Amino acid sequence: MAQLTQRLGGGRRPRLWRGAVLLVAGLYFLVPMAASVWFSVDNRSGGVQFDAYTGLLSAPGFTDALVLTLELAAVTVVVLLALLVPALIAARLGTARMRSVLEVVCTLPLVVPPVAFTAGVIGVLRWGPDHLMDTPFFQTIVFIQQPEFPLVLVIAYVLMSLPLAYRALDSGLRAVDVRTLVEAARSCGASWPRAVVTVVLPNLRGALLNAAFLTLALVLGEFTAASILGYQPFAVWVYSVGNSQGQMSVAVSVLSLLITWVLLLLLAAAGRERRPAPAQS
Amino acid sequence: MTTAPTPVPAPAAADPSGGPGAVAAGSPAPPPAPRVRRLRGGSWLAALPLLAFFAIGFGLPAIAIVTGAFTLSSDAETGAGSFSTANVTDSVQGAYWTALLSSVKLSALTALIGTVVGLPLAQAVVTSRFRAVREAVLTASGVLANFGGLPLAFAFVATLGNAGEITKLFHLTDHGWTLYGFTGLSIAYLYFLVPLMVLTITPALDGLRTQWREAAANNRATALQYWRHVALPILLPSLLGGYVLLFGSAFAAYATAAAMVGATVPLISRSIADALSGNVLVGQGNLALALSLDMIVVAVLVMAVYLPLQRRSARWLS
Repeated sequence: MAQLTQRLGGGRRPRLWRGAVLLVAGLYFLVPMAASVWFSVDNRSGGVQFDAYTGLLSAPGFTDALVLTLELAAVTVVVLLALLVPALIAARLGTARMRSVLEVVCTLPLVVPPVAFTAGVIGVLRWGPDHLMDTPFFQTIVFIQQPEFPLVLVIAYVLMSLPLAYRALDSGLRAVDVRTLVEAARSCGASWPRAVVTVVLPNLRGALLNAAFLTLALVLGEFTAASILGYQPFAVWVYSVGNSQGQMSVAVSVLSLLITWVLLLLLAAAGRERRPAPAQS
Repeated sequence: MTTAPTPVPAPAAADPSGGPGAVAAGSPAPPPAPRVRRLRGGSWLAALPLLAFFAIGFGLPAIAIVTGAFTLSSDAETGAGSFSTANVTDSVQGAYWTALLSSVKLSALTALIGTVVGLPLAQAVVTSRFRAVREAVLTASGVLANFGGLPLAFAFVATLGNAGEITKLFHLTDHGWTLYGFTGLSIAYLYFLVPLMVLTITPALDGLRTQWREAAANNRATALQYWRHVALPILLPSLLGGYVLLFGSAFAAYATAAAMVGATVPLISRSIADALSGNVLVGQGNLALALSLDMIVVAVLVMAVYLPLQRRSARWLS
């Protein structure tokens, strides 16, 4: 047995193969990043300049677009978690049928690509002037489309991130025995909200952060729905800049990648802090 | 096969009502029955906001797509609003059919390459002796799998576009290279598809037990035979599931193509966006909805393959 295991684990050939695979993959993934960074600081005569980065803050529309995107992201994360967390916790305590209903509901948005979904949303919004002119629904439709804060985008983003957030939360809940936790808390006299907030949620910290991060990343980079519906959050702004100032748009891409990295590392750090012994994934 | 041992999660088995009995010390505690009933009713109540939101936010657009696809547009010359299959028929003809085929071709090809490349990469990560390699690659995959859309397009334009750094460095344009075509788009798509595959397949590879490999080796199987007869069959559902997931992501992608290649590669997602922004003939306003319906049909077919596969692989690799 020992001989066999040795032959399996310690071969020299597989290690070479592994190194080659990692090297090729590393090249493919690192070169575009390096090239983008270089492109964004290249002053076309061999020197280095940071105009693309310093010019960002003063670029017209930058702050407006960024603020709108951050607001959209915050509201989306809050709405999504407020809808999803109670439902999923309840599903853990409830019947198997309910779990499968939620699974179907949360997976369905995957089948509808964002472009198609946006087309559907526009179809619904068109009902307003077409059929609902004299009803209160018309006011609602106007209200969710106001350019200062397009709620219609929040609705779209919540639905688009539903599958991602569902998966993150569901795997988190799988690792926690919700039923026992809640029963223990209830036996100690805790009310329902208290049992959930002080006992279950702290155990889901990692999963909640994960879901929030995925949603945040999605909203920050979302282009399809926003551009087709005619709003100008960050991604759409970057697109319009890209047409005139290539260097700046690449600079923004580099920054967005950096921000995603930082967010993910923070997330990993926050997730590790409270869980010294990762018993389950 | 049907008697294959399905691993039962331990917590579910360790559930019997030890809890309520233990607390029955104080007041004449309520029997467990009403507690359970209240729990069930309450659980649907807690899910109600989500279900209501879903019904409105997702249900209404879905209805709009289906009804719109089968009615004549409001700007049609005659018979506006009446039932018609004209939109759907138009959406699978001519340029639109080409776009749909091109989308499917691009997605199928990039998903295949992504799967074939992602598997060895994930295997290299899983079997690596260095924990740091694993952590680094998985974290990077998490970031890059989400790095779609515009930034990806701009990064590739900066790298391999006509004025891109690598293009200039190796004078690629002299060799006939262009990023703004099918090949260029495929290379860019792989940038997020391969990490997605690594993320998807890593848990499955982790689930391959060393004992299986040792058992195969004890029966004098070579590494190749082990992969051919043991590992790949077990991984197959996960691999196919991953392929389908990649296909779906590539199929749904819009921003990358829109920013990178413009109209040189016809794609269904772009056709829909064009139709929505009014770049179609008068009277075809509902064409976008018919095209969306086509897209959903393809995605549904793909998902119909994915879900059973996922369930099947979960049985072995719990």
